[in-house]
Amino acid sequence: MKYVDEYRDGDRARDIAAAIAAEVRPDRSYALMEFCGGHTHAISRYGIEDLLPKNVRMIHGPGCPVCVLPIGRIDDAIRLAKRPEVTLCTYADLMRVPASGGLSLMKAKAAGSDIRMVYSSLDAIRIAEANPDRQVVFFAIGFETTTPPTAVALKTAEAKGLMNFSIFCNHVLTPVAMRAILDMPPTPDEPPIAIEGFVGPSHVSTIIGMEPYQVFARDYRKPVVIAGFEPLDVMYAILMLVRQVNEQRADVENQYIRAVRTEGNPVAIELCDEVFELRESFEWRGLGAVPKSALKLRDAFAFYDAEKRFTIETQPAEDNPACECGAILRGQKKPADCRLFGTVCTPETPTGACMVSSEGACAAHWTYGRFRTRQSDAGLRRTA
Amino acid sequence: MTKTFRRKLDLKSGRVDMSHGAGGRAMAELISSIFKDAFGNELLEQGNDQASFPTPAGGRMVMTTDGYVVSPIFFPGGDIGSLAVHGTVNDLAMAGAKPLYLSASYIIEEGFPLGDLKRIADSMGAAARAAGVMIITGDTKVVERGKADGVFISTAGVGVVPDGLALSGDRARPGDKLIVSGSMGDHGVAIMSSRENLTFETEILSDSAALNGLVETIVSAAGPHLRLMRDPTRGGLAATLNELAHQSDVGFRIVEDQIPIKRQVAAACELLGLDPLNVANEGKLVAVVAAEAAEMLVAAMRTHPLGVDAAIIGEAVEDDQHFVQMTTGFGGGRIVDWLAGEQLPRIC
Repeated sequence: MKYVDEYRDGDRARDIAAAIAAEVRPDRSYALMEFCGGHTHAISRYGIEDLLPKNVRMIHGPGCPVCVLPIGRIDDAIRLAKRPEVTLCTYADLMRVPASGGLSLMKAKAAGSDIRMVYSSLDAIRIAEANPDRQVVFFAIGFETTTPPTAVALKTAEAKGLMNFSIFCNHVLTPVAMRAILDMPPTPDEPPIAIEGFVGPSHVSTIIGMEPYQVFARDYRKPVVIAGFEPLDVMYAILMLVRQVNEQRADVENQYIRAVRTEGNPVAIELCDEVFELRESFEWRGLGAVPKSALKLRDAFAFYDAEKRFTIETQPAEDNPACECGAILRGQKKPADCRLFGTVCTPETPTGACMVSSEGACAAHWTYGRFRTRQSDAGLRRTA
Repeated sequence: MTKTFRRKLDLKSGRVDMSHGAGGRAMAELISSIFKDAFGNELLEQGNDQASFPTPAGGRMVMTTDGYVVSPIFFPGGDIGSLAVHGTVNDLAMAGAKPLYLSASYIIEEGFPLGDLKRIADSMGAAARAAGVMIITGDTKVVERGKADGVFISTAGVGVVPDGLALSGDRARPGDKLIVSGSMGDHGVAIMSSRENLTFETEILSDSAALNGLVETIVSAAGPHLRLMRDPTRGGLAATLNELAHQSDVGFRIVEDQIPIKRQVAAACELLGLDPLNVANEGKLVAVVAAEAAEMLVAAMRTHPLGVDAAIIGEAVEDDQHFVQMTTGFGGGRIVDWLAGEQLPRIC
């Protein structure tokens, strides 16, 4: 595949691995967080961990919109879908996310709710047009990448004069969440967060550009390398971060020059500014309430806001107290450190945020990497 | 044998959802907890896609049954009628059997076009003749509009096993080689390319085909070295290898670069965020064979039109965890796992 195979070349991977090995200093460790689940997926799927020196440790961040959506919001969506007049349109990987009471959207669908999986926000518009007697709600979720398509859907609905379309907005923001991780105070039973650099998500930066990450370099002295999602992109970003750490630099660098511009995509930014505004606070699974970390529709578009049309008031729902997702998302613990991992909590029966979507840290470790920490009948046999 | 914690099915208030039919672990749990419990017998317990049993007159017969609910009904490279023949013939053939007779049961939704029904039946008949089997009994039911999705077909099939042949999913041993007959994922991608809301242009046709001819070649070439065969349909190669690993109490180590996958299939999967190893096939098989016969068997398979891309992709290993491990094109390692529920495209 043109433009894909070039970034999956095993020989090139070994070259970059050799370069990383040559540059890391044996007397120190390198803890690097890949914020985005897409990078976690690439690292796990291509076995990149096996190509890195032992003292380069990748920490899987909270950058999976499915994983970090709190249970209460899924409960809201299920309540919406149970209304007889509502057709709820959702991206497919939300279907299995556990909600309160053992429910999920998939189970609500099986119980009779009209829930449709869509591949784009405009599919939801088409469903609304085809079903004028139904109230079609688009369950909008995602980081800055999927936010512009939601804005486009809204503007399309407005242009078409669609009266039966609304948006349940759950869009969240990358830089704010990264900052929340770094600001998190240590707790007595968790080791301090020791992140020395970030692999930043390139698809987010195709929209927002490089500038929003300068705060990490400037104020926190943490290098950031914006990286593509192909495995060679990730490896090269790791090499760039190792070099910055060695040189005691903290810059925002762009590995993904083939698509990311410093200024991002001004058209998309302007459109999102027109449609969305910051929420005062938003609950993240694993991180808790994070101020100004999510978006809602501006009042000018209240007509399309499902939270107003259907008077949604999210009720908090507790995660399993034994779940270690918070510490895992913050890089303080590894998936196999959680006693629920692989016992109560598996991809079929996810308990915590990190196991919910295939991009979560625990799901990726379970699906691709658990042979590194084998299980026994009695539970996890921890291996170093 | 390793056990992982499983939540029991909630028989009081739980409901069947789509993951229970997707060929992954949820489906395996449903079958184990409900059907095996209710029907329990030693033939069913073997967990193959067909059952092989002695006949009072001597020799062994094989029986299988399958339901076809594919959407869309007509797809690039086939339709539900030919698919119903191929799927059932293949389930019989995987036991090394010569398929003989099929049944066909149609459940048709009120309003279904008669022309389409004729086209499906003709295709089914042609596929049966080409595979050398006869459809000798059937059933027709019509249900009210909305109670089915166009047409569903159920088939059953019987065949006879040559003397001395005993293939079963529990026969893989450490050191045995793993062979696939051709490229993975063609059928699933062909189906997806013509699904409503997901139409994309591709030249990929379904690989739907009857494999009994190729199986004759394999059985004759490998003889007693052949341990087992299975067609990696729903759930793809990943589900099949995980099933076999559990049945045989082994692990598998496979090599990503050795697995034949067409470029267009890889591209479509890339676009949709799917793994080709989880995508369905309808005209491919996996064979496990003693190491000393592997090269010779691949050479023999390549002489058959349905086996020209046959390749050794790995081997069985000792592993009480039954992991299917893969060396990636990068030289790293990873697990090839069952699907958790349905394979769903990712958001981003």
